[in-house]
Amino acid sequence: MSILKKALTTAALATVLMATGAHAETKRIALVVKALGIGFFEAAAKGAEEAAKELGDVEIIYTGPTDTTAEGQIEVINSLIAQKVDAIAVSANDTDALVPTLKKAMDRGITVISWDSGVAPDGRLMHLNPSSSALIGNTIVKLAADHLPDGGDVAILSATTTSTNQNVWIEEAKKVLPNYPGINIVATVYGDDLADKSYRETQGLLQTYPDLKAIIAPTSVGIVAAAQAVTDAGKIGSVNVTGLGLPSEMAGHVKSGASKSFAIWNPIDLGYAATMIAYNLSNGTAKAEAGAEIPMGRMGTVKLDDNKEGAMADPFTYDASNIDQFSSIF
Amino acid sequence: MTATTEDQAGQDQAGKTGAGRHIPDRLTSPAARALKSWEMLLFVVAVAIFIANSIASPYFLDPWNLSDASFNFTEKAMIAFAMAMLIIAGEIDLSVASIIALASTVMGLAMTAGAPVWMLVVLGLGTGLVCGAINGALVAGLGLPSIVVTIGTMSLFRGISYIVLGDGAYTGYPEAFGWFGQGYVWWVFSVELALFVIAAIVFGILLHRTNFGRMVYVIGNNATAARFSGVRVERIRFILFLLTGLMSGIAAVCLTSRLGSTRPSIATGFELEVVTMVVLGGVNILGGSGSIPGVVIAALVMGLVTFGLGLLNVPGIVMSIIVGALLIGVIALPRLWAMWRK
Repeated sequence: MSILKKALTTAALATVLMATGAHAETKRIALVVKALGIGFFEAAAKGAEEAAKELGDVEIIYTGPTDTTAEGQIEVINSLIAQKVDAIAVSANDTDALVPTLKKAMDRGITVISWDSGVAPDGRLMHLNPSSSALIGNTIVKLAADHLPDGGDVAILSATTTSTNQNVWIEEAKKVLPNYPGINIVATVYGDDLADKSYRETQGLLQTYPDLKAIIAPTSVGIVAAAQAVTDAGKIGSVNVTGLGLPSEMAGHVKSGASKSFAIWNPIDLGYAATMIAYNLSNGTAKAEAGAEIPMGRMGTVKLDDNKEGAMADPFTYDASNIDQFSSIF
Repeated sequence: MTATTEDQAGQDQAGKTGAGRHIPDRLTSPAARALKSWEMLLFVVAVAIFIANSIASPYFLDPWNLSDASFNFTEKAMIAFAMAMLIIAGEIDLSVASIIALASTVMGLAMTAGAPVWMLVVLGLGTGLVCGAINGALVAGLGLPSIVVTIGTMSLFRGISYIVLGDGAYTGYPEAFGWFGQGYVWWVFSVELALFVIAAIVFGILLHRTNFGRMVYVIGNNATAARFSGVRVERIRFILFLLTGLMSGIAAVCLTSRLGSTRPSIATGFELEVVTMVVLGGVNILGGSGSIPGVVIAALVMGLVTFGLGLLNVPGIVMSIIVGALLIGVIALPRLWAMWRK
């Protein structure tokens, strides 16, 4: 009896020790997004889970504020610091406002990286761009130009005036404009990443510029609203909506012809890569230094520039030929 | 009111000790009334949330974590004190978040021009006062409804920030400026927390212990009667808007210092959170009643709820549902209770 008791106690003790041991080794990586409930970020979370599964000892905390505000994100990050997570990978609502809070996180030993939408260098170890801004800027103009052999008037529907991403891409797009003769950007309007406002701004564009040939919307909310507005105005065929969007949300508009093609990097890959990088930096297997190459699992490696920024991959074009295949994924 | 309460208490005593029929001046004793008060109900809710949080998360009962969490409400609560007085007087100011944006932009402009820290603070508070004066002049001077005026100035003030800044930002505030939003007075007690406590005491005295405070209640209950009684209604309304502007200016200094940067989108949506805090604190949205202690506890409740849920990684969408349900629940509960007892 006593032997049995002893054996049981030992077994129980061993289980407890193993359980706590395993728990202590589990790395908790927080994926902080601009706001919850956005398809793009939900897809990134899927990628992060995929990376966690591959790594085995990682727990993903997928979180973010309700609105795309810096103040909301700071509250979320404060609660992550309180939980003593191992790493924070953030897509920032504001380049500068998050810096003091993220600095505090790093002071307390948390590995901080930014991805998608960056944080100023002081507030993170490194930044992972989904692609290079120059490549994206070029791609969005090329998408419009591909279907306008004779050139024509083009308008841009962006997110908010303070969106870091969109502003850089539009700047890069304007730089490469001379390479596309005949393409003329007549206006840039802001839909604030709100479906109804983007819709109204598009209606405004269609009325103000009757000769408009294409609308470039480098935002997943804006491109859908623009395609809908063009469809409702009966301008399918005369105005092509393109830019950056999600295949699942754009499938209908590609089939109807409102959008001939659009581009996006794969957000699943992005969430996956950000998690891999956060893991490797937190483990000390890689160091975030200028010129360093950090492994990202199946995505290869990312090389950091002097600003400690790196580009993951080229954006990918979606059209009628491949939309069905991807619309079920994200 | 305080004086009469004591008098009545004295008469109660006399009635009890004296012979003959006892006619009570009120049906419940002051102690029982305090127990049944809104503040007590809120306090119980706050304690319950505190205990629930401590059980739910091992990270909750950590002085530094609680100190970090206080930043979730200190700035909004400072405005909420002034807003509470304004709402008690039957007015409202929806432009407070936009005042923060404009004050922050003015500070940013001054900072790039090389102004010293004290000047930044003076300009931040000054901008708040000017904005408050504009609201006050339109409401008290021209007699326009405050909700319409402040919806207008809400767009106006933030609009100016957008014109000045566009998609740019002011960064690189001097190190010393960071003290207001990131500094600590002692141990875990931040500068913002200290300012919150001071503001609570000052507004508590102003509303509950001065003639000015009494007049605010009178105006909220019946502005016409107040005017006929010789209360300078317009003047008091103007001062209340000035105070709200000033508190928004203080919040702007704190928030700008905490973020270390200015963007025109700063403090977006703060106005509704401030009003929520005030209403949760038991202030009648139609004016006439409410208290500063109620607002203090409401601020703590909102801070504890959002931080506690954050620790459990509850998504923000669920969090706003819970805050909304809490607001409706706490407001509806006393009503339902009264109906059920009948």
